[in-house]
Amino acid sequence: MRSQFYSAPVLSDGGRMNAAKITALHAEHLALGARMMPFAGYDMPVQYDGILAEHSRVRDSVGLFDVSHMGEVRFKGADAISAVNGLITNDLERVANGRAQYTCTCAPDGTIVDDLIVYRIADDEVLICVNASNRAGDVAHFERYVQGDVTITDESDDWSQIAVQGPSAPTLIARVLGQEFADLRPFRIRQAVFEGAEVLYSTTGYTGEAGGEIYVPNEKAVALWKALLAQGADLGVGPAGLGARDTLRLESAYCLYGNDIDRTTTPLEAGLGWVTRLGKEAFVGKEALVKQKAEGIPRKLVGIEMSERGIPRHDYPILKDGEVVGKVTSGTKSPSTGKSIGLAYVPSALAEAGTTISVDCRGRERSALVVTTPFYARPKGG
Amino acid sequence: MAEIPNDLLYTEEHEWVRVEAGDDTLVTIGITDYAQDKMGDVVMVELPEVGDEVNAGAACGAIESPKSVSDIFSPVGGEVSAVNEELEDAPEFVNDEPYGDGWVLRITMADKGELDSLLSPEAYAAYCAEQDED
Repeated sequence: MRSQFYSAPVLSDGGRMNAAKITALHAEHLALGARMMPFAGYDMPVQYDGILAEHSRVRDSVGLFDVSHMGEVRFKGADAISAVNGLITNDLERVANGRAQYTCTCAPDGTIVDDLIVYRIADDEVLICVNASNRAGDVAHFERYVQGDVTITDESDDWSQIAVQGPSAPTLIARVLGQEFADLRPFRIRQAVFEGAEVLYSTTGYTGEAGGEIYVPNEKAVALWKALLAQGADLGVGPAGLGARDTLRLESAYCLYGNDIDRTTTPLEAGLGWVTRLGKEAFVGKEALVKQKAEGIPRKLVGIEMSERGIPRHDYPILKDGEVVGKVTSGTKSPSTGKSIGLAYVPSALAEAGTTISVDCRGRERSALVVTTPFYARPKGG
Repeated sequence: MAEIPNDLLYTEEHEWVRVEAGDDTLVTIGITDYAQDKMGDVVMVELPEVGDEVNAGAACGAIESPKSVSDIFSPVGGEVSAVNEELEDAPEFVNDEPYGDGWVLRITMADKGELDSLLSPEAYAAYCAEQDED
């Protein structure tokens, strides 16, 4: 047995020696029997009871994820909104204070520096949640290209973050933070109080389920984690690791930076045109993206579903009529549907749902279908 | 602690080999308890075809978890005489009963002498302990 691990930045990014940092919840993970792996410089829980069990927990009841490795960067100043707007592809002018937006930030050549959640806190304040692996690069990128009267502060080391995800998440949030937070519609952020400490609750996530993410000061992280576990016991709450986080996000067809998007792909290619507002004022990468849109987008990130046995995996070639025409960026066997699914870049001419392609699964050519995404969506009203 | 039955032979690639009673050229092969635990939930097993010729040490199949693919290396050379087709619908047998219903394939050996290079249960237990220290 010789194992190849997928979701490359998650599991193959150096050895444990490189995992110098731990989160405030590290001891909790060890006490829960987690299997730890290095991720973005942190020693993080990949699984506790098993990826499939944790995946079902989030789809059926509620799971807790320690996502404290994610970075938090604050923009403050009179020009905060316009300054952030000059760095992102989405448009903060379109939303009110208290709202969250998913967006990319691009290099001048239009390729993706990171994908982020931006929170419009106030007219002079924006909080940005960045990928752990990109944190240093993001801050350098912001400082290089930012314009206007604004200060940028990397607060990542002060905050822990717990994602509470699943159909029972609102019930648990109501118990721990209050009913008004459970009632928030998606993509909102509000200040809450937990044991006297100011926390932020945002109705965002990476699983396709109800719930949200709690930004909590490090010193209160363990108390909050324990409160969520204790007060959700009757709901079936339990921890979920990065392994389940990956299968859950893939079923929802959410991109993973470093796998599906990176400095070689543009938001238009990645199907992120919906967060790329080419009509707004200047932002870093706009000219290149306007040009790409005018000239035609050469390839697109699509959902694929295997028609034959085999699981698509990162970097497996996509074939059409025996020719390599693209590659898989993420894949797994969907725990919710049992189907083998993936994301792949294919030429735009092959991007229509229903197109037949094949995947070179370790030397065996297996047929697959381009499909619409998400691969799994929670039942309406659930 | 991973289960390591006394009546089997092992490889450093974490396969087990059982010489079948009644035909000492026929071996059943699977992956060890230690390996299935490390891999986590098995969601797919790629099997060779019955009749395939395999060489000792060559990849002859794969075991996949949600986040990993692990090659199965044939511990001995010969002809594949059976594969566990039940694993196509129930790959979780590899987790639940790695030494029983989770067996992977049977090979009719070309050279019985290749068994001599496999690990004893004691040697394999020592090898696993060493792996865990890294």
